[in-house]
Amino acid sequence: MMTELKNSIGSDVLMGLAQAIGAIALCAAVVLLCRWHAVRVEREAAVSLARGLVQMVLVGIVLALLLHGSLLVGSLILMMMTVAAANTAARRLKGMDGALLLCFWSIAAGAGTVIAAMLATESLRPEISMLVPVGSMIIANAMNSCAQAVERFRAEIIAHVGHIEAALSLGAEPAVSVAPYLQSAVYASLLPRLDMMKSLGLVWIPGVMAGMVVSGTSPVYAGIYQFIVVAMILAASGITGLVVTVLMRSRVFSTAAQLTLRPAEAARSKPERAE
Amino acid sequence: MMTTSTPPTRTDPQATASRAGSSGQVENRSSKTVELEARHLSRRVGQRILVQDVSVQASSGEIIAIVGPSGAGKSSFLRLLNRLDEPTSGTVLLRSEDYRSIRPQELRRRIGMVMQTAYLFPGTVSANIAFGPRQRGEVLAAGQIASLLERVGLPGFADRDVSHLSGGEAQRVALARTLANAPEVLLADEPTSALDEASVRGIEELILDIIQERQMTCVIVTHNRAQATRLAARTMVMEASRLIAIGPTREVLHNDD
Repeated sequence: MMTELKNSIGSDVLMGLAQAIGAIALCAAVVLLCRWHAVRVEREAAVSLARGLVQMVLVGIVLALLLHGSLLVGSLILMMMTVAAANTAARRLKGMDGALLLCFWSIAAGAGTVIAAMLATESLRPEISMLVPVGSMIIANAMNSCAQAVERFRAEIIAHVGHIEAALSLGAEPAVSVAPYLQSAVYASLLPRLDMMKSLGLVWIPGVMAGMVVSGTSPVYAGIYQFIVVAMILAASGITGLVVTVLMRSRVFSTAAQLTLRPAEAARSKPERAE
Repeated sequence: MMTTSTPPTRTDPQATASRAGSSGQVENRSSKTVELEARHLSRRVGQRILVQDVSVQASSGEIIAIVGPSGAGKSSFLRLLNRLDEPTSGTVLLRSEDYRSIRPQELRRRIGMVMQTAYLFPGTVSANIAFGPRQRGEVLAAGQIASLLERVGLPGFADRDVSHLSGGEAQRVALARTLANAPEVLLADEPTSALDEASVRGIEELILDIIQERQMTCVIVTHNRAQATRLAARTMVMEASRLIAIGPTREVLHNDD
């Protein structure tokens, strides 16, 4: 393992450090310019630059160690990422019992299904160097979809308590009474991913494609592969959004079909913003 | 103990009003079928008591008004009657059947509720009216919808979009939507509080006629004592989450002044 680490530290790393010093110098010049205009960010900028450099060097070292690990290690990394993603998304549901598990199963269902499909169709090679970066992108997007869906669903329910209870009072099942708000939440969580797909190649060229082209892959194949990744991100987001809202729906009603998420309850458990 | 041995009606000024001095008193009403009976209903949320030990019986064809200051527990009590909220203790009997043994969806069809705001669903008037029966797989014929709309004074409104209705019209549609379920009991939570005087009188007359016509039981929450006098044979006075008096409306309200 140490050999792998030593191999990864070559002349390119030294050149990278030299380039980093150049970037820091440019930032320092901007900080001085700010100071000239009485905007004092010296201390904050120094801490941020130092932290950023150290963190990225550490991430590089960890990746250098892990990228040659086994598939099991890769799966464990993805599992840890899913737990971290669920923890972040669950902050939008602070106060709701079992929010962490609810988000975990939703993200795992969305990302897991898509990663499994990619492995099965060989659009993702079962190698840790492919699995972790592509998997992390899918998990991160599933996390965003999960957070957006639960936040929207919660807000819609709070805003429509009267309509929901009117439907319940007419004998509707809980699922029927919140159906329009569930649909709205899933749609809202998918919208950024749909926009991402629409603007693919026109507004932005994603990192995966850029990296593949730089490393010598055919630009056409790189473009097609990038489309596959974004389509899989869209699929994972859709599954996650649907699963999390359906699971959440069962938590906002009692067994006697009474709406338990009301403005007072929501105020007591005001959601935190996810970073 | 409640002393009204004969069921008071709007034209029964001789009936006696009683002060519910101790909690948990059950009013005995014998000569008409008891449609709805609340038994020692209480609801507590955390340390806050919303309803404390309220018992009352209501007969078919009867309108009972609930009056009291804001925060007295009137609406909270009403929400317990169709199980929109769960009582902490006590229960409700619907035609002598404990409502916990009835499926909530069926219970709410049988105990309809009209709220302070109409809360119509986006779409047409006819879609709103057909909503309740559709939950049970029943399809209301256009003629049935037209007949219900005519009954609430809105003939020809079936295809109107609900966003174009006035407050009074929306509340009439909400009433028709509830009636489409053919409920045995009608709960009304300040159904006229957001309406102008002309609309208020229209809705009041409608409720009186429909209750008489269908021999339903009606429990109406109102902050308006004059409305309670116009509508209800009997009135319950609630204060600080408790039932403090119940009896013929004029006497109860006179004693309460």
